[in-house]
Amino acid sequence: MSVKEQASTVAEKEDSMWKQKEMINENYELLSTANERGQKVASTFVPGNINELLMCFDFARNFPETNALQNAMRKKSGGMIMEAEKIGHSEDVCTYVKADLGMMMKGNKGPTGLPMPDPDLLMLSYTGCFTFMKWFELVREQYPKCETAMLHVPYQADGNITKNMRDYVVKQLKEDIIPTMERVSGVKFDIDRLREYMIQSQKAEDDLVYVLQSAKNKPSPIDAYFGGVYYIGPIFTAFRGTTAATDYYATLRKEIEARVAAGLGPITPEGVMKEEKYRIVVEGPPNWTHFREFWKMFYDEGAVVVASTYTKVGGVYDNGFRHDPQNPLESLADYCLGCYTNLNLPARTDMLEKYVEDYQADGLLINSIKSCNSFSAGQLLMLREIEQRTGKPAAFIETDLVDPRYFSPANVKNRLESYFQMISQKRDRAA
Amino acid sequence: MECYIGIDLGSTTTKAVVMDEDYNVMGQGITNSRSNYDIAAGVAKHEALIDTRFMLFRNAMKNVTALGDKYEAFMDELERNFRLEQYLEQLIDLDETCTKASENTRYSEWGSDLSDALSGVFKRVTTEAPELFAPGAQRKSDFFRDIAGSQYSTISEEVAKQAETPFDVLLNIYDRSIIEVENRIYTETTNQNLMRALDRTLVNLPDLAPVASEVRTEVEKVLGIDLEETYVIGTGYGRARLPFSKDHIRSEILCHGLGAHIMYNDTRTVLDIGGQDTKAIQVDKDGIVESFQMNDRCAAGCGRYLGYIADEMNVGLHELGPIAMKSTRKVRINSTCTVFAGAELRDRLSLGENRSDILAGLHRAIILRAMSILSRSGGVHDQFTFTGGVANNEAAVTALRELIKENYGDVTINIDPDSIYTGALGGATFARRAVEGIPTEAVA
Repeated sequence: MSVKEQASTVAEKEDSMWKQKEMINENYELLSTANERGQKVASTFVPGNINELLMCFDFARNFPETNALQNAMRKKSGGMIMEAEKIGHSEDVCTYVKADLGMMMKGNKGPTGLPMPDPDLLMLSYTGCFTFMKWFELVREQYPKCETAMLHVPYQADGNITKNMRDYVVKQLKEDIIPTMERVSGVKFDIDRLREYMIQSQKAEDDLVYVLQSAKNKPSPIDAYFGGVYYIGPIFTAFRGTTAATDYYATLRKEIEARVAAGLGPITPEGVMKEEKYRIVVEGPPNWTHFREFWKMFYDEGAVVVASTYTKVGGVYDNGFRHDPQNPLESLADYCLGCYTNLNLPARTDMLEKYVEDYQADGLLINSIKSCNSFSAGQLLMLREIEQRTGKPAAFIETDLVDPRYFSPANVKNRLESYFQMISQKRDRAA
Repeated sequence: MECYIGIDLGSTTTKAVVMDEDYNVMGQGITNSRSNYDIAAGVAKHEALIDTRFMLFRNAMKNVTALGDKYEAFMDELERNFRLEQYLEQLIDLDETCTKASENTRYSEWGSDLSDALSGVFKRVTTEAPELFAPGAQRKSDFFRDIAGSQYSTISEEVAKQAETPFDVLLNIYDRSIIEVENRIYTETTNQNLMRALDRTLVNLPDLAPVASEVRTEVEKVLGIDLEETYVIGTGYGRARLPFSKDHIRSEILCHGLGAHIMYNDTRTVLDIGGQDTKAIQVDKDGIVESFQMNDRCAAGCGRYLGYIADEMNVGLHELGPIAMKSTRKVRINSTCTVFAGAELRDRLSLGENRSDILAGLHRAIILRAMSILSRSGGVHDQFTFTGGVANNEAAVTALRELIKENYGDVTINIDPDSIYTGALGGATFARRAVEGIPTEAVA
């Protein structure tokens, strides 16, 4: 099938995909003209983003991690990273950070080629990643006039959210974050506006959960990792709380419902997957520089990812949490506290175990990220624990987020094929 | 005869194992050809089939009771003579290929002096060939490229001194020709070579005259057996290049796990250190893989590391272990990078450290890397089987035994002299099982 034919297959089958593409492009256009239009710009991170609140102050929303991964998918991140290394960032520094700084150094053109705006607010929700703090410290050096707000979200060290923790976050929202946003934007806070956005968020979240849980079907109508990263796009970034996102998820849900009804497998870049041979749970982000190549290593072998933790980094919804218009600030606090990045190792392990069981998976694969110290720590321990608890085989590979130098296709393919064959060996014996 | 063949395409060598329908290993073959995976697979398979033929000879000769205590001497002579015939055949090819290469216009200024020099070199290389395969002769390698290369280089240096042809021109011609020769498989002539080897053997062992005709009949009978390639399984890094369908390809993790299990039934942990990979594999009681870990992104601590060190020290790869074994004092080498290890080596030498002590330290450094991969894979469980080319290195084995004992206590450590064939053995077993309708589960 030619590339053109593939594209038309995707176009026919997935309106949602084109919708999302438009949304992303529009947002980059909006950002590129924000400074001249006088719209205030907030930069913020995916995990624990308080998008609805930012919308209450008419901020345009910029997500540096998303820029980095979009640049990586367009094969631009390698040069950016090297640019950042020129000013002294070591090989071991998070490659999202280096890609972002490198982008600024190379003229600050975003993934679509449009200029990126100067931010007016750096909104840091601190949800378990220490690097985020350092990242914004570096960005702040570039924009001395830009204000920084930090929402400190306590780590779920004991594996649960207490009233104290929630109160602490809400208190910061009331006493620090909201006043800062008011000052920077010149817009007065209106809690009813926040409630309205949250009504939209809720709807989108319901549909997202349906989509992700559709993978419990056999065959799974979706790939919950490679396809999943597209599905989480709008809700994890600038669009949660918008009607555009709600529409996107309603459309997506209909598409998936139709796939379930027709008993179809997931759509891959080379068409509909024919046979589902392996059902895998994946922990860790994907590699973005070789995303297609990486995905192909799965679908060529008939491997479908039925659940992934990466699709929970911007919010865990499948345990029942929804943004709540009745208690908007409290639910923002709960949202931040409950992000996957803010969970401790036992909680992450429990979640993976539940996924392996609930989604009737054949095993667990960990894609450990070379330059992500905070997230990769403890992954081998989790792997052993899952093996013991579920009796299912697990495997470990290493790649990187956006540094193309750290993706070694022959090695990754070799390990993946070994892993799939190991599953089939075990399965044959069980039969 | 039905032959089940496993081929392991490694980064340094390619190995093949032939198994019969009763899971008996009948033959093994190895080649260092890496210029082309298809050829490497073909050569290794061809060698394993020859080895199988010899196994059949051995079995058949046991029936020739008149051979009596001359059996061993006969088989030894036959094998050496066969290798000699094979070598001579390749030499003729090399001679022709070199002659053709020398006709290139770039060498025209040397005129007939060059062709005289070449024919002089090949005449001597051929004359000296039988000595290389004489009883008890030590060859540094069994690969044609190594033997012929070393002979050619020594002799042509002498010839160049006398003739009007520079040494580097002769070497250049050899370098252009050897790859071409190495990439040819001589399947057609195997039987002729065997018969010639038999003739030579009967001449060299006149005592056998009374049983000559009986022996000849048995040899001919064995040559009449068709070695049918019933099922072939490929594994290793080059597996995707094999001209097989997907059903005929298994990952090397599965093959090494099963191969180690076949060699030692009670194996639970396998460590394989090959040219560019270190694999730690945990298997269950049936040889089924439970988990595995491999080195990522960096091949420090693999066989190539030793190759690099050997080059740096200007010694043969096989000499490294024995030199290191002479160490009397521990030198700690902390570098985990192959290239840095070279720098450290030179630094230590300049400080006056003993060569053996430094080499022992380097071997320990390799094993320390392997220990880390082992612990990532779930540790070391009894019994522990060490495979791959590095398992033949005594100094590496010594370091491994020490570190295993330090970290895991008393564990049975298995090392098979044929451990380099572990992956191919697993492949052959998978091939046999595939035909038997047992997809993957263990029988042994």
